[in-house]
Amino acid sequence: MKLNRRLFLGTAAAATASLAAPMVMAASHGKPNVVVIGGGAGGATAARYIAKDSKGEINVTLIEPTRRYYTCFFSNLYLGGFREMESLGHGYGGMAAGGVNVVHDWAVGIDRDAKTVALAGGGSVPYDKLILSPGIDFVEGAVPGWSIAAQNAMPHAYKAGSQTELLKAQIMAMPEGGTFAMVAPPNPFRCPPGPYERISMVAHTLKENNPTAKILILDPKEKFSKQGLFEEGWANHYDGMIERIGPDFGGASVEVRPDSMEVVVDGEVEKVDVCNVIPAMKAGRICEMAGVTDGNWAPVNAADMSSKADADIHVLGDASSQGDMPKSGFSANSQAKVCANAVRGALTGSRVFPAKFSNTCWSLIDTDNGIKVGATYEATDEKIAKVDGFISATGEDAALRKATFEESVGWYSGITADMMG
Amino acid sequence: MLKFVSSILFVVVVASPVMAADEFGDADRGATLFKDCKSCHQLGPGAKNRVGPVLNGIFGRAAASVEKFKYSKSLKRAGTDGLVWDFERLSAYIENPKAFASGTRMNYRGMKSVTDRNDLLAYLRDFSDNPQNIPEAAPTARALSHDLDPAILAIVGDPEYGEYLSNECLTCHRADGAAEGIPSITLWPEEDFVVAMHAYKRQLRPHPVMQMMAGRLSNEEIAALAAYFAQLEE
Repeated sequence: MKLNRRLFLGTAAAATASLAAPMVMAASHGKPNVVVIGGGAGGATAARYIAKDSKGEINVTLIEPTRRYYTCFFSNLYLGGFREMESLGHGYGGMAAGGVNVVHDWAVGIDRDAKTVALAGGGSVPYDKLILSPGIDFVEGAVPGWSIAAQNAMPHAYKAGSQTELLKAQIMAMPEGGTFAMVAPPNPFRCPPGPYERISMVAHTLKENNPTAKILILDPKEKFSKQGLFEEGWANHYDGMIERIGPDFGGASVEVRPDSMEVVVDGEVEKVDVCNVIPAMKAGRICEMAGVTDGNWAPVNAADMSSKADADIHVLGDASSQGDMPKSGFSANSQAKVCANAVRGALTGSRVFPAKFSNTCWSLIDTDNGIKVGATYEATDEKIAKVDGFISATGEDAALRKATFEESVGWYSGITADMMG
Repeated sequence: MLKFVSSILFVVVVASPVMAADEFGDADRGATLFKDCKSCHQLGPGAKNRVGPVLNGIFGRAAASVEKFKYSKSLKRAGTDGLVWDFERLSAYIENPKAFASGTRMNYRGMKSVTDRNDLLAYLRDFSDNPQNIPEAAPTARALSHDLDPAILAIVGDPEYGEYLSNECLTCHRADGAAEGIPSITLWPEEDFVVAMHAYKRQLRPHPVMQMMAGRLSNEEIAALAAYFAQLEE
């Protein structure tokens, strides 16, 4: 599928005409350079769209340490036995073939004056526009007793891949009637329904393999995303299995002891068999190194996702602080398209259109029982502001829930194709 | 084995009306005819089960599958046996409910006129979200009826703007035209595209994501999208 020749020539002529205006902002000679750090839902989409739409007018470099990207979205379905891990992995070959220079390395420093990115493997890459989409890192000391050193005993599984596989193996190895505990994160965090979809998926796996097992959620939040829908689903499908301790009963005062597999809730020691610790989150550390964070996140202007600290740096997805959008793969993908259009316009004079954002988060409660929540957003002077939204209703019929799940599977294929080419 | 036998019976019962059934008729006239059904059935946004079940999305729905509605044993068995409501089966049922499912609780004398049934089903179809393909696929396929202002249809879209706007569609809909859980939107006739998007915008088509997406698109933006998609090649 591509534009036909006549239209392509027409657009090219229009682009050339606008190039005559003094809009070209390339700092160096030759073609402008865009560097994207992070090849997930935000970064991969931005890199691919800029390369695709600029038709060779912009050099696009993507810096991403992993050779294969495992999506965090849908990784709960692996825990529930609804997806194979390999079906969540995506290579960067399509993107390279689409004209993106894919560099598998770590970005370890950003020189905003010289406009270069230093790589762990040595050398540096110059940029005219830099796009940061590093996802999340964890706030150190957020859960007393837990650190990266303890993540094998108590996995977070909130960056998909080996951690997710480890958590699944631990669930399968639980003793009969054992306890799975989750330390849920405080707001804001990646994928607001994620921990609760995970609870549903773990419950599904335990119901099949270990039906007398218990699930304990230690939650610092009063409320959570799609709460009514999840609680209805848990009561209908996993009755008596799941207990949630909110902040009123000590859910906000939790310490973990990875060596003895204990959790201490408001002073009470509890022995557990699996402990999924999802600590408080912050923007991927490269944002801090670039000096574009304020607190844990990187504030951006809603119109083009540019950093409030540096007009030549854009921050996408989970790492950004933008207003009303949830931190999700869908949001990052949506923001990336707005950003790509703005970056291309700034560098080549192509037309810049008004920002439109949207998000939908699907979650699975049990086999063929999908729910969703979504909204549209617009850019205002202060933030990305919600325009309109919807949420699945409680008591929906089985056919609708099945259709919602099938739709989510379709969306997964759609967004991964859209990201990776 | 019993199941198998009863499915065969169904096919036999259904077979004759299939021949007589025509095509979708005039939805506006169907809206008037629906007044007869209204005392028991609700339709449209916010519809709830009354004496009869909600009729939104009836096309493509399995018989007796609306949760929390108390169906007759007859219809429940039909659902278990795999009866899915499509044009022919709905037409047969409406023509003579008791002949179609002897134990049904639907106390309706039946609608003898084929034209009436075709018109009524055309109206019901406008509230059916299954499937959403444009051009539509079975079981609701046929040319679209609409009352869209000709001035809206006449707007000439800006394909370059449409290309930008189409990026949002591609988060879910596949650029390569694959339809897996989510319908394909490539290679639509331009007018059908505009009509469908306005139907979502006016909440006549029921899908919540699409209502939300179309709801904030201006007439010009819908025209731009249609213009862009119309210029794609396979």
